[in-house]
Amino acid sequence: MIDRAQVTHVARLARLELTEEEIERMTRELSAVLDHVEKVTELDLEGVPPTSHVVDVVNALRPDEPRASLPREAALASAPDAADEGFRVPSPGA
Amino acid sequence: MSELIDLSAAAAAAGVQAGDVDPEELFEAYRDRAARDDLGAFTWVAEEAPASHGAHERPLAGVPLGVKDLFCTTGIPSQAGSKILEGYRPPYTATVVRQLEEAGARVLGKTNQDEFAMGSSNENSAFGPVLNPWDRDRVPGGSSGGSAAAVAAGLVPWALGTDTGGSIRQPASLCGIVGLKPTYGSVSRYGMIAFASSLDQAGPLTRDVRDAALLFRHMVGQDPCDSTSLAYPEGVRLPEREDLRGIRLGVPEELTRSEEGGEIEPGVLASFHESLARAQELGATVEPCRLPHAPHALSAYYLIAPAEASSNLARFDGVRYGLRVEGDDGLAGMYTATRAAGFGDEVKRRIMLGTYALSSGYYDAYYGTALKVRTKISEDFSAAFERFDFVVTPTSPTVAFRLGEKTGDPLSMYLNDFCTVPMSLAGIPAISIPNGLSDGLPTGFQIAGPAFSENRLLDVAHALEKSIGFDGSAARR
Amino acid sequence: MSTLTTTVPETREYEPVIGLEIHVQLSTRTKMFCGCELSFGDAPNVHTCPVCLGLPGTLPVVNARAVHFGLMIGMALGCELAPRSIFHRKNYFYPDLPKGYQVSQYDVPLCGPGHLGDVRIHRVHMEEDAAKLVHAGESGRIHGSDSSVVDFNRGGTPLVEIVTEPDVRSAEQAREWLGLLRTTLRQLGVSDVNMDEGSLRCDANVSIRPAGSATLGVKTELKNMNSFRYLERGVRAEIERQEGLLRAGEAIVQETLHFDPVSGALSPLRSKEEAHDYRYFPEPDLVPVVLTEEMLSAARDALPELPATRAGRYERDLGLSPDRARQLAHRADLAQFYEAALGDGVDPVSLANWLGDDLVARIGDADPATSKVEPRALAALAALVAGKKVNSGAARQVLDKLVAEGGDPAQIVEAEGLGAVGGSDELRPVVQEALAAHADAAEKIRGGNPKAIGPIIGFVMKQTQGRADGGEVTRLVREELGL
Ligand SMILES: [Mg+2]
Ligand SMILES: [Zn+2]
Repeated sequence: MIDRAQVTHVARLARLELTEEEIERMTRELSAVLDHVEKVTELDLEGVPPTSHVVDVVNALRPDEPRASLPREAALASAPDAADEGFRVPSPGA
Repeated sequence: MSELIDLSAAAAAAGVQAGDVDPEELFEAYRDRAARDDLGAFTWVAEEAPASHGAHERPLAGVPLGVKDLFCTTGIPSQAGSKILEGYRPPYTATVVRQLEEAGARVLGKTNQDEFAMGSSNENSAFGPVLNPWDRDRVPGGSSGGSAAAVAAGLVPWALGTDTGGSIRQPASLCGIVGLKPTYGSVSRYGMIAFASSLDQAGPLTRDVRDAALLFRHMVGQDPCDSTSLAYPEGVRLPEREDLRGIRLGVPEELTRSEEGGEIEPGVLASFHESLARAQELGATVEPCRLPHAPHALSAYYLIAPAEASSNLARFDGVRYGLRVEGDDGLAGMYTATRAAGFGDEVKRRIMLGTYALSSGYYDAYYGTALKVRTKISEDFSAAFERFDFVVTPTSPTVAFRLGEKTGDPLSMYLNDFCTVPMSLAGIPAISIPNGLSDGLPTGFQIAGPAFSENRLLDVAHALEKSIGFDGSAARR
Repeated sequence: MSTLTTTVPETREYEPVIGLEIHVQLSTRTKMFCGCELSFGDAPNVHTCPVCLGLPGTLPVVNARAVHFGLMIGMALGCELAPRSIFHRKNYFYPDLPKGYQVSQYDVPLCGPGHLGDVRIHRVHMEEDAAKLVHAGESGRIHGSDSSVVDFNRGGTPLVEIVTEPDVRSAEQAREWLGLLRTTLRQLGVSDVNMDEGSLRCDANVSIRPAGSATLGVKTELKNMNSFRYLERGVRAEIERQEGLLRAGEAIVQETLHFDPVSGALSPLRSKEEAHDYRYFPEPDLVPVVLTEEMLSAARDALPELPATRAGRYERDLGLSPDRARQLAHRADLAQFYEAALGDGVDPVSLANWLGDDLVARIGDADPATSKVEPRALAALAALVAGKKVNSGAARQVLDKLVAEGGDPAQIVEAEGLGAVGGSDELRPVVQEALAAHADAAEKIRGGNPKAIGPIIGFVMKQTQGRADGGEVTRLVREELGL
């Protein structure tokens, strides 16, 4: 279960603008999915270690050797608003 | 011309190397078909054959390749099926695509997909749905639906896809072709636009098992740009085997009974059991086995994958690339407006689900628990592989369903992954091969083995394939 | 001079409780997770690549030298090193954060508890730096709204974050201790540790409590104290602000404050994310760092002698006082100068005094190596004094000259005729002259008032231009008076 207030809070965290209709639908749909997936919380997993990696690789380290950087034009090529040799954005304060 | 199209990729490559097939003629024959694609399988098709650079002298002999949209390809649209990346042309090429090009493959086109690989029907693409060549009123499956449909319809001899919870195997099954999800870590993820980093794996979608082996052979390898990639422990062989003597197949009750979640269509179940009988005729022993936590795999998957996705998709913020929509509230407004306009419903749903699963107060109950279930599922498989060489199931619980049939009900759509998700969580290899038709629509037979068992997996798949003798040519007409 | 151990609380009623969070840019050649070269002051966005721009499909790969430096720091701070540590994602949206998350360490950092001087270290973890957001003023594009421009050159620079326990008790101590940390890191050679260039950044968590109380008060976080002076001023200002509030019976709110060094004002900082929920989870694109014997011995072998060790050696082997030892050892430049000046025939203690008091008094915080005074010259000067060749007053004139023009003390003494007037035969006539000139004073001395000797010594010094040795003069006076 997830309620409307949680949906709007999560949407804010995720930087998603939801319409009234979307909030309603999202609340309904996510609740249905959560009701299903919440079954895992019924399992007894006492002392079971979590798996966040399936490969047992460690220390994949890179030597501290420079590699060519992109020319600025290439870095800015896809920018929606390139200006002053950089990526322009509305001021966080604004 | 048509006989060119009927050659498997391996046969075409051999033909080129033997001088019997002209690589340019071959490429043009496919380019011409791809350009006339009316299935919506491609999001981009090469204007002309890329310079061969002596490709035809190399192992893949310049044979054309379809590449799922989410693989980054320098200067070529790489949009992951999303409006937020519409027209995006990356400054670099994915490692696996580069490796295949170095082996002589030539990119014919980018194939359609569910947005950010989130979906099982390819109806979530910002660039329109893909039609199933066996029945154009039906979906090809997803998320690698474009690759599957294009290969099945003979618009390209073979294609690259990615599989996170079944996105190669399920569309391969619904389109009557072969799809291999390799061992996690055997193929570099560098340049694959990420959905769920701990699950994503690239793999081949091909007409037959030998093609899958040939393409996979040139995909594997440790990549210094991917910390989670490993050196493949052995060379990948082209399968020859035609019997199954001494092979022990385990049939997990949890994934083959008609119950909650696991609702397997009677027709699908029937052709599955037919193939089990064939396997026995070929010398395999077939016994039931247990994967006690498999029924919970879907739940764990739909917590883990969205959680990782919610973080992976945070970079789409309208600052450095892709869509930007100015909002009315400065930066915050730009963020929310851009993401609201750029992401489709399913992507928003999963970002919400994943953000919720990670948010403070819920992490332990959701994400934390899911990671523990993941451990149990791996343990289930390890236990099964002590008694069995492979575990076999139907690939998809259903045949291809009608367009729009499940779009209204996310959960029922998620249930398509019921049989494929457990292997993804365990990071083990699994292959889907065509398993005959049910009501004129393809079904799939899934074989899963221990990590890095691809060579033996392909052998078994090859033997069964020969015995099943599926003919997919109808879809290429 | 103030020291680390003897700072007193700034108020009797309230005791400040201060913890520091220090971000240190590592001076590797390349960034934390990609091969772009580190840069400072280059043109915008010329040190970027698909990885540090967070382009779709890219993956991070850990810089081995960053881990090596992290281990050196952990060892230098006496930290417990995690045999196996992992990276997490810290999720929040900001334009200087290309991926929408910062790759950092969370519950299993590279280094656990340790200490430096009398401050305990809570943890040291590795992470990547954010890019630079430059205010660009009116953009015109969005009417009436300002815009900023992002420069990703700095984005992805390797950082270590050093978090102390709340062991600091005053603004001075905070400054002192950060100085010690800077010296330590500089000697490790793992960072430029330059506060105005941002390679050393310090935030402070400040709370106050009734002196002697064990419970912690509400703490505020101070940011933007980008110099040692600002750190001290900012922390002091915040301590005073909190005392003011408590005295006025008002409550202290937990908040992040920005210190304006110009106005000295503390203003609440607009938070990056109105809803603070970083949704940490293990970074699936990276694998654990598991310490091998090779990694550990490489880090161990790279460690130079550290200030604390060096101070101990000065006390133990050279007999310096604890304060003097710390003064010289905690400033790498002083320590280097001191050790260059040491040599046979030089008394380590008086040399240390000449360096730590007299020379420092003349050149302040400047590195003595950059002054005109050669280490050998200072040693020679100390030796002249010890050998009574010049008295200390004259020696200070010599030092003035050395600071001004450099040169060799002996020659200066010679040239300026500052040599002590040695033997009694040379001095006795002058003393007799003085006694004659100040018969009354002579009487008083005979009468048992030694203090009356002043005018006589004054006369002798005047005659000898201050080159006479005071002790010798007194001896001769008593002799002449038959005492
Ligand atoms: Mg930090
Ligand atoms: Zn870079």
